Formats: sequence, C-alpha cells, structure tokens
Amino acid sequence: MSAELLELTVGEALRRIDGGELSADEYADAYAEAAAEDELNAYLWTRESPFAREGDGTGRTEEPPLRGAPVAVKDLFCAEGIETTAGSRILEGYRPPYTATAVRRLEEAGARLLGKTNMDEFGMGSSTENSGYGPALNPWDRTRVPGGSSGGSAAAVRDRTAPWAIGTDTGGSIRQPAALCGVVGLKPTYGAISRYGMIAFASSLDQCGPLTRDVTDAALLLRAMEGRDGCDSTSVGIAGGIELPTREGLEGLRFGVPRELSAEAEGMEAGVAATFERALSTIRDLGGEVDECALPHSAHGLSAYYVLAPAEASANLARYDGVRYGLRADGEVELGAMYERTRSRGFGAEVKRRIMLGTYALSSGYYEAYYGRAQRVRTRIAADFASAFERFDYLLTPTSPTVAFELGARSDNPLAMYMADYCTVPMSLAGIPAISIPCGLAEPDGGGPELPVGLQIAAPAFTESGLLDAAYAVERALGLTATPPGAGP
Amino acid sequence: MSGELSGILDHVERMNELDLDGVQPTSHVVELENVLRADEPRPSWPRDEVLEPAPDAAEGAFQVPSPQA
Repeated sequence: MSAELLELTVGEALRRIDGGELSADEYADAYAEAAAEDELNAYLWTRESPFAREGDGTGRTEEPPLRGAPVAVKDLFCAEGIETTAGSRILEGYRPPYTATAVRRLEEAGARLLGKTNMDEFGMGSSTENSGYGPALNPWDRTRVPGGSSGGSAAAVRDRTAPWAIGTDTGGSIRQPAALCGVVGLKPTYGAISRYGMIAFASSLDQCGPLTRDVTDAALLLRAMEGRDGCDSTSVGIAGGIELPTREGLEGLRFGVPRELSAEAEGMEAGVAATFERALSTIRDLGGEVDECALPHSAHGLSAYYVLAPAEASANLARYDGVRYGLRADGEVELGAMYERTRSRGFGAEVKRRIMLGTYALSSGYYEAYYGRAQRVRTRIAADFASAFERFDYLLTPTSPTVAFELGARSDNPLAMYMADYCTVPMSLAGIPAISIPCGLAEPDGGGPELPVGLQIAAPAFTESGLLDAAYAVERALGLTATPPGAGP
Repeated sequence: MSGELSGILDHVERMNELDLDGVQPTSHVVELENVLRADEPRPSWPRDEVLEPAPDAAEGAFQVPSPQA
C-alpha cells in the first residue's frame, strides 16, 4: 500500500484526496516515515513521524489546494525555529526567527514542511560533495553524485522519500541535479519567486524553483510560490499566474537547437549526445519543428559566470562574521582574529575559493578587466537568446554534458566540476526560465551503468505557462518509465 | 589553492577573445521599477528573538571581543 502511495505524482494524490479515496494524513505520514529512513544523506533534518493531526481526523479537511501534502525544502530556505545551515558548518545550529516567503506561500497553500535537504555549501557546487555534512548519493548508483547544488532535493524526489521538493538555481543548481537523478527541475524567470529568506549566494542570479516527478507537479508548486513580495524588491511574479499544462501535441511549436550548447559543447559525452538526438527525433516525429540555431556568446557563459557569481558571493558572505548568528571560533583573541578564525573554520574549501576569486575580481585595478567585462558578456548572451527567440518558441539542449559522475571524480579539479553547468549557466545569465525533464538513459563515457539524461527546454522571460505546456507535451511524447535498479513498486 | 585559482582565472580570461567595445554592462536582467512602500511606523523584530541565534549577547546587544584585546 505504502509503496504504491509513494509512486503517485502529487497531482494524482491530490485528486484522490479530493475524491475521498485517500486520506491526506495517511499520504503525509507515508512520506514522514520514508524520509526518516532516507539512506542517501538527502536530508539534513526531517519532521518527526507522524505529522501532527489537524482538522477532524478524516484527513480531508487540510487546507486546499495542496491538502497537507508534504514538501522537502532545500536547506538554503529559512524556516522559523528549524535548523537552517545552507549546508555550511558556519551556520550549524542556526534557527532563523522567520520563514522564507517561498516556504510560507507553500504552507499557506496547504503544504507541510517534510524536511530540509542536503546541498553544496551555500549552493556552491554541482555534486553536493561540498556540503559541510557529507555528500548526498545518487539513487541510481550510490557510488555516484546526485548533482548539485540542490542534490538532496533531487535525490529525495527520485528515491521516493519526498513527493516533491524545492531548490534554488544560480547557474544550474536545480536543473543539473534533476537531470542526474532523473526528475523534473524548473528554474523560473529571475524575479518570478521571492528570494526573501533564501540564503544569498549570487543575488542577481539566485532563483527558487520546483523539483518534481512530472511537469504538472512543477506547475502546481510554481503556481503556489510565484508572486510579488514586499520583502524582495526584485520579485515581480508572473503576470496572469500559472495555468496547469494540458497540451497534447507538438504541432506548430518551433524548437531551436543551439549548436554551442549541444553538439559543440565542451565535454559532451557520446551517450548524452545520442540520447539527446533521439529525443529530438521523437519531437520531430510528433510534429514539432526542430532546427539548428546559434548562441555565439554562450561558450563564454561559464567564464562570465565564474566572475559574476563569486563577486556577488564575496559580498554576500561577508555577513558570516561570528557576531549575529552561527559559528564563532572563540578563544582569547581580539576582534580581527575572531573573524579570521571563525571563517577559516566555518567555510569549506570551495566557498573560500569563491570568496577569494570574487574579491580579486572586484579589486581596484582588476574590476574592469574581470567584473566589467563579465557584465558585458552577460549583455551579449542575453542578446543572443533574444534573437534566437525571434525564430523559435523554445530552445533545446542536453541539461548537463555528462551523466552522474563518481563521487570524488572531480573534487580535486574545480574547473572540471564547473563544466557540469556548461549548458545551464547561459540561461541563468540571461534570467530566462528553463526546465529539465528526463529524456532517457545513457552509459557514461568509458562504460558503466545506464544513468538518466536530462533534456533542457528554455523559453523567453515570464512565459512559464507556455514552457510548462510544451514540456508537458514533450514529457508525454518521450513517455519514460525507467526506474533505478531495485526501486519501484 | 593558488594553482586552482590560476587555472580558473586562465579559463575566465578566454573572455578577452571577445570584442566588447560599446557593449553596455548588465547588472540586472529584468526591468524593474523602484518599489516604494508607505513611510509608516510599524513594529520591528523583537530584540530578544533577533539576539537569540547570536553566539554571545549581553544587555540587549551583540557582544564581541575587544578590537584591542
């Protein structure tokens, strides 16, 4: 019973709850139990099982529209009174006095917080190995990474220890782990969802979004979270709200395939390229128009990103000084030494690396050569997308150049780790929405088990309803049913 | 660490291949209007709650080691 329950999409579970066939409490408790038994280190904190009872006990009175459905939340989101670490030792034990707007909106829509998921420290990483609390593992192969930085959220959704989850994406941190774990991950347009209470990494790029079983569930979560918020002056919401996807066919849709982010992308594995090509054929067979296009500056996306994101991070992370919250490395020292000891002990290697890169890129004499130049590349990348969208409704790329790699394979080579976001960073720089949906399985280069491949679909800013509709039609066309070895009912 | 940082900077410097003369810098991708709220007094966070997560607090304030210690 419980195993079958855990296979339902949330959309289907809500239908059954509304129809009286399923108790909301039974549904939520099945997940509280599953999350407590998580074997992938996907969670840093889970709700005690069972959930506290609300309503009259029939389980049908939970607040609509989400009816008490549990949701896993990346540990980057503040939740009042619940430990929130952003995957960092420097925030160990921190209990925020307030709840992030995205989480509060989900609760107001009737969702219940199931747990806080593991992540790369402050969102900096593509494997969850930069977590201060040990890496999360890939549900398809526990010797491999789930991707990152929202790796715990992606792993929990695929491992059926969460029905759905939210994460954050700065350069690919929702889409890449979704691809590596075989789930759906959506990065909405910058400004669609409030960043209030989302611990800051790179403020001009950070955006919250859903990780789910299917496209309809992603639409349900986005619909509940999007909107303007007085606590985040950069939040604007999505005009007209979000329509749930219904599109059946692909006729009349024009898909562009940017060669720089597909066939010509650096480090693209043969298996990923072949799976992507098969997905394109399917889309063509079902009436979609597919044509090659160019995003000439996108090959420089990673370069610009690794100036802009560390620069913003170096300013944002200055707040961790051992004074107001989190760790203080004490001792008989003066103030300056206290700051130094606290940061040396509290931050991991990747965070230190990025703070140094960022302060260097912003320093007098280098500012124009690095930061100024990167901002101009960003302008060019956004212009490339704008001109591609004059010819095409959507752009298609593989989400990541590789399938899930082995734990430790890239830990000693930061640049190799950064390449995991080669295909996702350009959309982040342009601020546009993009979704990753599972499109098949492929062997890694050099052989090994078949692992999930993600198809990324990008759209113009604030056209999420259309993007979800197209993704829904593609999802149905691809009709994937593969499950991890040993999983499933 | 210095070798890693040099490697990253070498990669980043590939941007120098591009001709960016006359290109405007982008700091924010979405066009925004200034958002103003009414200038009305309202309660702020209770001091005790804000001091609660601090490693050290005393007399309603954050306490830090002396800069001259």
